[in-house]
Amino acid sequence: MPDPILQTHGLNSYYGDFQALYDVELDVGEGEVLAIIGANGAGKTTLMRSITGLLTNGPCQILYRGQDISRLRADEVAELGLAMVPEGRQLFPSLSVKENLMIGAQVGRKGPWDLKAVYDLFPILEERKDQASTSLSGGQQQMVAIGRALMANPDLILFDEVSLGLAPIIIKDIYEALPGIIGEGMSAIIVEQDITKALSVSSRVYCLQEGRVSLESASDTVSREDISRAYFGIE
Amino acid sequence: MNLQDYSVSRSSKAARVAAILAAVTLLVLIAAPWWAGRADMRLMGELFLYLSLATLWNLMAGYAGLVSVGQQAYVGFGGYMLFALTMLGGLHPLAAIAAAGVLGALISIPVAVLIFRLRGAYFAIGTWVIAEVFRLSFAQISALGGGSGSSLPVAIVKSLASGRAMREALSYWLALGAAVLVVTAVYLFLRSRQGLALTAIRDNELAAGSLGIDIWRTKFIVYVVTSAFTAMIGALIFLQKLRISPDAAFSVNDWTAFVIFIVVIGGIGTIEGPIIGTLVFFALRETLADLGTTYLIVLGVVAIVVMLKAPKGIWGVIRSRYDLQLFPLGYRVKHIGQSKEN
Amino acid sequence: MEWLNAIVQGTLLGGLYALFAAGLSLIFGVMRLVNIAHGDLIVLAAYLGLTVTTATGMHPMAALVIVVPAMALIGYALQRGLLNQTLGDDILPPLLVTFGLSVIIQNGLLEVYTADPQTLNAGALETASVAVGGVALGILPLLTFGIAIAVIWGLQWTFYHTALGRAFRAVSDNQDIAQLMGLNRRHIFGLAMALALGVTAIAGILLGIRTSFDPSIGGGRLIFGFEAVIIGGLGNLWGTLVGGVILGVAQTIGAKIDPGWQVLAGHIAFLVILAIRPNGLFPRISG
Repeated sequence: MPDPILQTHGLNSYYGDFQALYDVELDVGEGEVLAIIGANGAGKTTLMRSITGLLTNGPCQILYRGQDISRLRADEVAELGLAMVPEGRQLFPSLSVKENLMIGAQVGRKGPWDLKAVYDLFPILEERKDQASTSLSGGQQQMVAIGRALMANPDLILFDEVSLGLAPIIIKDIYEALPGIIGEGMSAIIVEQDITKALSVSSRVYCLQEGRVSLESASDTVSREDISRAYFGIE
Repeated sequence: MNLQDYSVSRSSKAARVAAILAAVTLLVLIAAPWWAGRADMRLMGELFLYLSLATLWNLMAGYAGLVSVGQQAYVGFGGYMLFALTMLGGLHPLAAIAAAGVLGALISIPVAVLIFRLRGAYFAIGTWVIAEVFRLSFAQISALGGGSGSSLPVAIVKSLASGRAMREALSYWLALGAAVLVVTAVYLFLRSRQGLALTAIRDNELAAGSLGIDIWRTKFIVYVVTSAFTAMIGALIFLQKLRISPDAAFSVNDWTAFVIFIVVIGGIGTIEGPIIGTLVFFALRETLADLGTTYLIVLGVVAIVVMLKAPKGIWGVIRSRYDLQLFPLGYRVKHIGQSKEN
Repeated sequence: MEWLNAIVQGTLLGGLYALFAAGLSLIFGVMRLVNIAHGDLIVLAAYLGLTVTTATGMHPMAALVIVVPAMALIGYALQRGLLNQTLGDDILPPLLVTFGLSVIIQNGLLEVYTADPQTLNAGALETASVAVGGVALGILPLLTFGIAIAVIWGLQWTFYHTALGRAFRAVSDNQDIAQLMGLNRRHIFGLAMALALGVTAIAGILLGIRTSFDPSIGGGRLIFGFEAVIIGGLGNLWGTLVGGVILGVAQTIGAKIDPGWQVLAGHIAFLVILAIRPNGLFPRISG
């Protein structure tokens, strides 16, 4: 079994005095797609922010390829090869579509993803490349956000609720494109409220409930019952 | 747990002790013309006036969130109104001081309407521009001495009281009275409903607005009232100085920089803060003032360090350590005695 | 004709005011910080120019080669050493810290250089002029205006056509996500302040050549810069140039009516614009 690309041990995260994550242990294998599901407020985005370094954590371990990154700044974590498609897209309003993509490459890592590759994946973005990024539709903005993360040529990419606020047909398109996006040895964590979609593209799934891991399972064998119990915390 | 075992009250033991001490101190201070020397009385008078200015600035900045670096506009305005109303209008100095307050309020209204269009730091600089406009305008009025200023005629000075000792006592009592008035007024205001609204705005403007508190109007009232009182203090200041000029009246250093340092070092957003800050400021001044510019640099460094390391000032540190509040503003829940057994 | 002359001189003066304002505008745009010590930093640059020219005998314009990088370095150090700690949601810390900084710089300059007025000696540049259609245009004011245009053009180009400019805009939009792009926001803010103080250095040298200066004039320069920014509209550098010109013209026309009214006329023009167009003439961002 190859070493996991990411591991967390005893991850506790706080917003001020409020504890949002309790002793979270998880791991992501190299090349694996991991799903994290849970209700609103369960701590999914907090987990993503902790991993990427946007949230400072108590003493814990977040190991990226064996290196403890729990004390690193977010920009330092990005340089190591983690990228995130943030919840709610969060494009830069002052930047055009093309500039949003270009700033994704700011971290300077080499790899197959460049402007041309992103335009091949999402041709509509090339059409609108000089437009203000926030003038695009929700689905198109999601494409920009995904493209922006890809431009960093990450080894581990985090998708935080990409289906949020999008029409079902758009969600379907994005999830169909996902395997092709991730392919080629990239590892991914997919955070989702849409359980079906999350299970369909992942090999393993964790469920978070009120800041704790309530379930860990292989995606193809987990039962609906198990998920409901873990999701809602019903014994 | 029985609700009857708990009482809600405003004050604490510390506050009551402080109130008694304050009353005693006040009596001692009132008697100062009989036990203090002339220089000491002048010093204390100056201290009281700075305390008043600091308390007023703190009300605006610490409670209403209106950070002004232009309050010297009203200090100077008040001073000039004193000179104008006595020299040109024939008013008795005491009446002129009161009138200066009213006029200060009146002129602050159009000023507020204008500069409230600016926010945050831009508002601050806007207040400075207003002060500059006042300074340059008053420098144009030759009847009041133009650019070089004028001195208060002896006749007017004598109309206060005929003997010098009496005049100095009167000046001192006016300053003391002003400080007591300002601190009391601010304290009572903050205890009132308007004051509560102000604290709510300070703590969370969005939430306060959603409760139906008219933010603009509350800030406007605070600005006008503060400016009125500041003008009165300005009149008192220049009654003591007996001489006025545009540069002295509208000096940023004297009426803004020092005041800000006092409030920041003492503790912004508290009533006790300006009191402590004024005492510290004068202690520093008496020991360091010979050093001139070095003294000001030290002041600046201290203010920066305090702002970064202890943003709540000296009083803030004391208050969080000992949970003290000498001017009772909040409500406290106290457990009273044992509950009766049935 | 006299009025035309006043308007032309005022326009050229606007170039200097735009230079005062450019640094202020840049910093506010990137990190929403208003530096109360800005005017004093302009004066600091003038004094640095004085020291350099006195020590080396260089022409003040040549001294730019030393003063601009020096001020840029000071800016970076200032931002990372002090001002980064004040950034956040509360408006009080940056305001009060930069106010304290203003007092420190003014009195520091007073200590080192005394209150005597100084100027930078630029020789023939100070009085040379060229006659255009009956109006005498000073070479220095023309040069200043030209430099202002070049600087603003340069800043615009940096903001919209370079990776650094993208970084500035991204960080000012969303600090957290910008960090996910590998941008160290403390470093980016430091670079922004370095750039702003580099521009401020140019403004300081040109000021020093044009008029006499002493440690106390910083506040006045801040106010002129601030007025130009507000008149022109927040977030728009070319607007700031227009704002500077309007301010300059108001001042020179005021001076024509009565020399003592110069500065006051400028303030009044500012207040009028504040009254009728509170967001300025060409706003891009709201305060």
